[in-house]
Amino acid sequence: MPTPYDEMWEKLNLDLTAHEGLLQVLGKFYGDIYLTQEGRLKGMEYLDFVLSEVHGLRIKEIQEAKAQGRKVIGTFCVFVPEELVLAADAVCVGLCAGAEIGKESAEKILPRNTCALIKSFVGFKLSRLCPYIESCDLVVGETTCDGKKKAYEIFEEYAPVYVMEIPQMKQACDRDLWKAEVRRFKERIEAIAGKEITAAKLREAIKLVNRRRQVLQRLNQLRAAVPTPISGRDVLLINQISFYDDPVRFTAKIGELCDELEKRVKAGEGVVPPETPRLMLSGCPMAVPNWKLPFIVESSGAVIVGEESCIGTRNIRDLVDESGDTLEEMLDALVDRYMRIDCACFTPNQERLQNIVAMAKDLEVKGVIHFALNFCQPYAIEAFKVGRALEAAGIPMLSIETDYSMEDVEQLKTRVEAFLEMVG
Amino acid sequence: MGEETVTANHPLVAGIDIGSRSIELVLLQDGQVVHWDLLPTTFDPLGQCRSLLDRVRAARIVATGYGRKLLLENLDHPEITAITEILAYALGARHLFPGVRTILDIGGQDTKAIALNMDGKVAKFEMNDRCAAGTGKFLEFMAVALQVPLEKFGDFALQADRRIQINSMCTVFAESEATSLMARGESPANIAMGLHLAIVSRTVAMLRRVGVTPSVLFAGGVAHNPCIKSLLEESLGASVLVPVQPDLVGALGAAIYGQKLVAHE
Repeated sequence: MPTPYDEMWEKLNLDLTAHEGLLQVLGKFYGDIYLTQEGRLKGMEYLDFVLSEVHGLRIKEIQEAKAQGRKVIGTFCVFVPEELVLAADAVCVGLCAGAEIGKESAEKILPRNTCALIKSFVGFKLSRLCPYIESCDLVVGETTCDGKKKAYEIFEEYAPVYVMEIPQMKQACDRDLWKAEVRRFKERIEAIAGKEITAAKLREAIKLVNRRRQVLQRLNQLRAAVPTPISGRDVLLINQISFYDDPVRFTAKIGELCDELEKRVKAGEGVVPPETPRLMLSGCPMAVPNWKLPFIVESSGAVIVGEESCIGTRNIRDLVDESGDTLEEMLDALVDRYMRIDCACFTPNQERLQNIVAMAKDLEVKGVIHFALNFCQPYAIEAFKVGRALEAAGIPMLSIETDYSMEDVEQLKTRVEAFLEMVG
Repeated sequence: MGEETVTANHPLVAGIDIGSRSIELVLLQDGQVVHWDLLPTTFDPLGQCRSLLDRVRAARIVATGYGRKLLLENLDHPEITAITEILAYALGARHLFPGVRTILDIGGQDTKAIALNMDGKVAKFEMNDRCAAGTGKFLEFMAVALQVPLEKFGDFALQADRRIQINSMCTVFAESEATSLMARGESPANIAMGLHLAIVSRTVAMLRRVGVTPSVLFAGGVAHNPCIKSLLEESLGASVLVPVQPDLVGALGAAIYGQKLVAHE
């Protein structure tokens, strides 16, 4: 079926036939998982719209920005300081992929025992199905794990890759390394964008990204109410979309959604009965359209009230200090904020354990489901310590390792249901 | 069946466990097992469930096992519920042996290790992932490869005169490993023993993850296998309880759950 975007997609060198198939599958999947929910907020219509235009209108906007000379920077990790990208008037888009696409092509250049997230972004590129990657002037990788690190070396042949070195510990010398990396990134962005990042521009960008984090923090505070006023799936979607929507518009729209949510909370209305077991997810990021586990959990009679993940609290918990005046002060503020990220790539990573326990207690959850992608060593191994920390706090945890395929859905359902029988 | 006096005060409660290889039915009345039955799952699990249930008049049905949702969604019965195998095994095991704290269930394609607290509530559980390595299916394949009837496979392995190590737990790779051992002149009984040892070492690792507190109950179809039982006891350094009918524990637990529901009504 022809669409108004065909010409644009063709220019971006997408495989049009396969792409049409992808959009159909995505639409069906979204319909089943999202549009069947009852009592959704009116504000979710915006998210439905953005998702339905994920490869359409948003890509058109990005192409228009490019036509005006703005550059497009793709990222895979919450460690990449978006503020620097925005301060250079460039567009920042998250490229993390959550669909089992192009797996066969990806496995031609990557070992089979590679995590689904890596295979997915490689697969999307090799099968020419992601208009975001195709729009990028620079794709920013990072050294969070060995899988990504080595995959970027191969990916470099297919896309303009730049890699940031992420420290693995949090000592003074690690901060120095990170500051040097932030500086190097700033120079690279300035060179690509052909623009100097001034103190005034950076100040503006810091505020912009902080505002988006704050609106998502507000969303998380409101959703914590009993009865739960919004499904976990919907909140996950909002977090997912925050990575590629226009930040100003997104913040305004989610602000409106929060106003609506606030009224609902005041009226004591929920999307589920007050006694519904509350669970929290913790672990690897769930990129669009990886809604598998949240859907299983919420169709088993529980509700998700928190996501301890990069597409969740890890991305929004900490703000950048806004008090800096000089460029140098602001860069330091950025460095400090990003060094607080409690990714499993750090050792030791006690902060994450403390944050998970505190979050589970604050949200008064019945249990935590730890989600690790198969072959994601940092999170899969850390799950053991997370389980111990939660056990000491009297909070049960279910540890799940899975990927983007649907073949283990029945086994996962059994585990999740048994966990609910156990904590319920 | 069908001739029992069924009154509102003495309802028949059915527990049905729809597994990958077999479907078991247990019928309780006033806390007593009054009937049990078992059929292979085949390619028509729903039809097999119907033929089991058609023979009885259950006031309430509780389904468990991987096919529980299938029955829940397709069986036209006013009082049908579903619970997971984990809960069903916990309830069934405690009914048979009130002191059980650890359950191992090896079924056709699933292995489960369940830790119970003092009150018999599930405290922790582990399941194998989507791969059927180390389950009944694995034994079935290997028995075929060694041309031994499945029911005799455990006794056959116990005739081994030495212990060899089979490294692969993947059904396909283990089979090729077994083939190359045969080519090297290793006796089939020793190979069978090696395969049993491989399952037990994997299973014990799973049990250790949930913690092994006595008494340990071994259930599921594979509990019929005497070699697995004896190797488990050897590895755990403790005796392992095996019910007379280890494949009925899930169905029994489901029926007990149903009885609790009836009591609450």
